[in-house]
Amino acid sequence: MKNKKVFKWFLYIVLIGYAALTFFPFLWANSASFKSYSEITGGGLNIFPESPTIAAYEKLFTIDEHFVRWIVNSLVICIVGTTLNVFLNSMAGYSLARLHFRGKNLVFYAILVSIMVPAQVLLIPNYLIVKSLGLLNTYSAVILPVAVNATFIFMMRQFYINFPRDVEEAAAIDGLGRLGIFFRISMPLAKPAIATQSVFVFLGFWNEFLKPKLYLADPAKYTLTVGIQTMMSRYSGITQWDEVMAASVISLIPILIIYVVLNKYFLQGIRMDGEK
Amino acid sequence: MPGKRRFYEVLYGWLFVSPAVVVLGIFVMASIVFAVYVSFHKVNLFTGYYEFIGFDNYIRIFTDTKTKTAFMNTITFVAVVVPIQTILALIMAAVLDAKIKGKLAFRAIYFLPTLTSSAALTMIFMFLFSFTGPVNQLALNMNLLQEPINFLNDPSFALKVIMAMNIWSTVPFFMTIYLAALQDVPDTVYEAAEVDGANQVQKFLYITVPQLKPVTTFVLLMGIIGTFQLFDQAYIFSNGTGGPENSTLTVALLVFRNAFGQNNTMGFAAAMAIILSIVIFIVSYIAQKLNKSESLY
Repeated sequence: MKNKKVFKWFLYIVLIGYAALTFFPFLWANSASFKSYSEITGGGLNIFPESPTIAAYEKLFTIDEHFVRWIVNSLVICIVGTTLNVFLNSMAGYSLARLHFRGKNLVFYAILVSIMVPAQVLLIPNYLIVKSLGLLNTYSAVILPVAVNATFIFMMRQFYINFPRDVEEAAAIDGLGRLGIFFRISMPLAKPAIATQSVFVFLGFWNEFLKPKLYLADPAKYTLTVGIQTMMSRYSGITQWDEVMAASVISLIPILIIYVVLNKYFLQGIRMDGEK
Repeated sequence: MPGKRRFYEVLYGWLFVSPAVVVLGIFVMASIVFAVYVSFHKVNLFTGYYEFIGFDNYIRIFTDTKTKTAFMNTITFVAVVVPIQTILALIMAAVLDAKIKGKLAFRAIYFLPTLTSSAALTMIFMFLFSFTGPVNQLALNMNLLQEPINFLNDPSFALKVIMAMNIWSTVPFFMTIYLAALQDVPDTVYEAAEVDGANQVQKFLYITVPQLKPVTTFVLLMGIIGTFQLFDQAYIFSNGTGGPENSTLTVALLVFRNAFGQNNTMGFAAAMAIILSIVIFIVSYIAQKLNKSESLY
C-alpha cells in the first residue's frame, strides 16, 4: 500500500515536470513580448517584466508596413481553403460511400495513393503547374492544389458508410432530389465529422509555411507564418526578439480560441473515426 | 423509371466526386508522373528548356558531397527523434491514463505545442536557445555552464536544437493517439496482472506496450514520414541556408534550394525527392516488419 502511494507521488512529479517543460517556453515567449529589447538581451529569467511595455505590439500594429495585412491574408486563405475542403471532401466522401457508378473503385484507389505520396515529390511538379496556370504570387496558388484533402475524403467516406439509409429514403419519398438530400439532410447530419475536418484543415492552412513561402513573392501577400520568418532576417543579423515574440504570440491566438471552443473535435480527429 | 434513376445516380456520383478527381488528378496523380519526367531532364526554368539526360540526375545524388551531408543530417535526425518521440509519447500516455487528478488540465496543456505553427515554434525555440536566452541563463544559474553557448551558430549544436524542438512539438500528438488506444485496453487484463502480483513497471512493460503494438506501428510510420521530410524548422532556423556549416541542411531543404534556386538543378532536385520517397517507403516497411504486427491501414 505504501509503495502505491510513493508511486502516485512519482507520477505527479512526472506530470508536473512535463507540464512545466511544455508551458515554460510559451510563458517565456509571452513575457519577452512584453519586455523591452534591452531587458531581453540583458538575460534574466523573470516571467514578469521589470517594466512591462506593449511597445512591441504597438510597433507591429502601427509602424509595421505589412503585419496587419499578413493576419488578414492568413485569415482569408484559411477561410476560403477550409470552406472549399469541407464541401468538396464531404461531397467526394459521400459519393464514394453512397452512390454507385463505374470508375468508383479507381477513384478510391487514387485517393489511397494520394494519402501515401510524400509531399516532397509533388512540390516541383505542383510549382511548374501553378506557374503554367499563371497563378504564381496569388492566393489561389496556396489554396487550389490543396482544395481537397485525400485523408479527409477517406474519413468522410467512412462516416457515410455507417450513416443510416432510412433517413435519406424518407427524404426521397418526400420528393427531395439527390442534391436536396445531400445538402439538406446528409451534410447537416454529418456536423461532428465536418467540425473535426474543419478544425484540422483550418489549423493546417494557418500553420502552413512551405507553400506560401514558395508561391507568394510580394511581401504584402505573405501569410503570417512567412511574415514572421522574414522578420527574423530583417535587421541584418540582430533579431528584434520583442517584436518576433509578440508576432508569434499573436499567431497563436486564433488557434487557441478554436482549441478552447472546439476542444472535443481535436481529440476525435486524432482518433480519425469521425463518429459521435 | 429505373433507367432514369440509374442515370441520375451515375450523374450525381461523378458530379460529387469530380472536384476531388480534378484536383487530385492534376496536383497528385499527374504530378507524380511529371516529377519522374522532370527527374530525367536538365531543366532551365527561365527558358523552359528540357534536355533529356537519362539517369545523370540520379547518379549525381551518389557523388554530390552536399547531398551526402543532407542525407546524413536527415538520417541522424530520424534516428534520434523517432525513437525518443515514440517512447516518450507512450510513457506520457500511460502516466496520463493512470488514476490521477487533473487529467483534463494536464492533457490540455500538453497539447499546446502540437497546435503551434512551425514558424512560431521555431522562433520561440531560437529565442530560448539564443545567446542571452533562458536556456543559457538557466544553465549558468545552476552552474552547469561557465559561459553561455552559442547554440544557434555552433554547428555541433544547431541540429540538436531542432531535434529537441521537434520532439517537444510532436510528442503530444502521438501521446493523444496512444491515449485514445489505451481506452480500448480492458481493465480486467490489468486487474488479473495485479492479482498475480505485477508492479506498475511490469504492468507497463508486459501489458501496455504489447497491447499498443499496432498503434506503435502507426506512430512509428507517422514519425518516420514526418521526420524524413523535415523542412520548415530547418529552413526557418537557418533562414534557408542549412547553416551553420550545413549542419541543419536536410534533404527536403536541399531539394527546395536546388529546385527553386539560381541554378538549373530542378531535375536533380526532383530525382532527390524521388529517392527520398523511396528511402521513406523502405524505412517504413522495415520499421513495420520489425514491430511485427498488422498496421492500422
